[in-house]
Amino acid sequence: MDLKDWFANRKKNNETAQAKQILSTEEYCALWISCFQCRELLYTRDLRQNLQVCPKCHYHFRIGALDRIEHLSDANSFCETEANLISSDPLKFFDTLSYEDRLKEANQKSGLKEAIITGTCTIQGHPACLAAMDFGYFGGSMGSVVGEKITRIIELACDQRLPLIIISSSGGARMQEGILSLMQLAKTSAALKKLHDCAILYISVLTEPTFGGVTASFAMLGDIIIAEPGARIGFAGRRVIEQTIRQKLPADFQTAEYLLKHGQIDMVIERAKLPQTIANLIDLHSLDCNQPKPEAIAKTPLKIH
Amino acid sequence: MTTGKLPPLEFELPLANLNTQIEALERQLPSNPALEQEILELHKQYDNLKRSIYGNLRAIDRLAIARHPQRPYTRDYLDRFDPNWIELHGDRHGVDDPAMVCGLLKLGNYRVLIVGTQKGRNIREKQLCNFGMPQPEGYRKALRCFKHAEKFNLPIITLIDTPGAYPGMAAEEHNQAQAIAYNLFELANLKVPIISVILGEGGSGGALAIGLTNTILMLENSVYSVISPEGCASILWRSPTKVQEACESMKITAQENKDLGIIDDIIEEPLGGAHHNWNLIAKTTQNYIIKYLDKLNIENDIVEHRTRKFRKIGCFKD
Repeated sequence: MDLKDWFANRKKNNETAQAKQILSTEEYCALWISCFQCRELLYTRDLRQNLQVCPKCHYHFRIGALDRIEHLSDANSFCETEANLISSDPLKFFDTLSYEDRLKEANQKSGLKEAIITGTCTIQGHPACLAAMDFGYFGGSMGSVVGEKITRIIELACDQRLPLIIISSSGGARMQEGILSLMQLAKTSAALKKLHDCAILYISVLTEPTFGGVTASFAMLGDIIIAEPGARIGFAGRRVIEQTIRQKLPADFQTAEYLLKHGQIDMVIERAKLPQTIANLIDLHSLDCNQPKPEAIAKTPLKIH
Repeated sequence: MTTGKLPPLEFELPLANLNTQIEALERQLPSNPALEQEILELHKQYDNLKRSIYGNLRAIDRLAIARHPQRPYTRDYLDRFDPNWIELHGDRHGVDDPAMVCGLLKLGNYRVLIVGTQKGRNIREKQLCNFGMPQPEGYRKALRCFKHAEKFNLPIITLIDTPGAYPGMAAEEHNQAQAIAYNLFELANLKVPIISVILGEGGSGGALAIGLTNTILMLENSVYSVISPEGCASILWRSPTKVQEACESMKITAQENKDLGIIDDIIEEPLGGAHHNWNLIAKTTQNYIIKYLDKLNIENDIVEHRTRKFRKIGCFKD
């Protein structure tokens, strides 16, 4: 081997090592995550086992609708309803991208068909209707489909006399469906009025973040309102308010704890205790003859993961 | 209240220029009678231009008319509907929000409650009314009055002209979102006929909070949208200059809202906008309200009529 070959070999070896390095960086990123709050380096598998809550500072990471359902409902008890409801593009909306392209993008990114999953399940043995929003799909925004799915699950809860749990996580109404999105506030609230008149328990769980049209309709209409620690919840966004009143807002403004202090929610419950708390609440509200019918629970459970 | 005294809107500039030209010629007319023919010609041109401009308004032009500083506001309508109207104040929990006006009055043969958002006319009024953006207490005041109307079986008319609910620190602390949500919740079940009229701006949840009604009417140049066009432009286009695109994309005009099946009817305005003739628009609006009250009177189940209307709204593939 002459010197030239030796250099060429060395160069080649270096390149392969670098290529390996890039790959392992990706792997490294998938394995480790730095906590958004305390910056602690966390092993993702541990974080997942800890329900996406930082073991050091208890920061609650956002979790998707499927993880929510898996966490809250008893194993294999969840049966999805209205799974095939999907968005159309009634306004032929186009900003920098068309709405249709944005929908496709949201679908690819999250693997979901819409920003909400609804269904029936049991929660520690208690039959219930459950809806979970997913911020990962289009910012959890409410358009016609989200409004319709929520309305239908409310109607199902009404028909079957099942308690209803909605877990909200949303930036608000979906601008790409214009006024139709706004009208979903009216539709869902009107449906909840009927549920209210049937005296059926509705527990609203607010998670990071819940804003705009979602807060201004079903999310704030719970008989019981629960929030996760540190979740930001409000009507107008922080930036809009700061621009309007031209002053800095306190650091904890619009957090779950701030809302609790201002009498807007019933309790702040950490994620691990959520299923037990909800089960207890359902139990405490089921002393009368409103026992749900067992046949309300569908037979074929949804496979998660 | 004629066009000449008001500063022209952007799209009215060609019209204003032509008008100045005519006026200049008319001043020369006594010394030069030969100009008469030319003036007549220009008048004809002016009329044609006026028709073509006002006949082809873009969404952003209507937005400008809806926000015109001389546009009649809720109180202007109330004064013209019934000069003896009686105002009701306060949410009964410590606050009276001037941005929400509530009053009892006679409208033709009907005795009604009118609740409407109020923009201020001068600086002081504007500040008091937060430019027509109610606080949570304003929505709670409205709800208190709705319940009052229900108790005495009075039909309710809501007049909507607001950029939206007020985004402030106190508003959030006093739970703006809940105030809106709870109004929607309660409006869904009120046992009396309710009609809403969008007079100018129908801004998002702040408008809907008094807009869940049996019949929704819009003035010809009013707008109704899920977010302000400025807000939409800055979020989706990341540029405040894209307001026109946002207006077009969101379908905010009365006609577009009617085509989407959101509203029931459009109230025609005097040529150029409601600000040209307050008395006329008040009279037309009153006639429309009475016409639709007559229609709602023969509904058997007014609550069912209302909830069914909103239950149907939405566009999706099943």
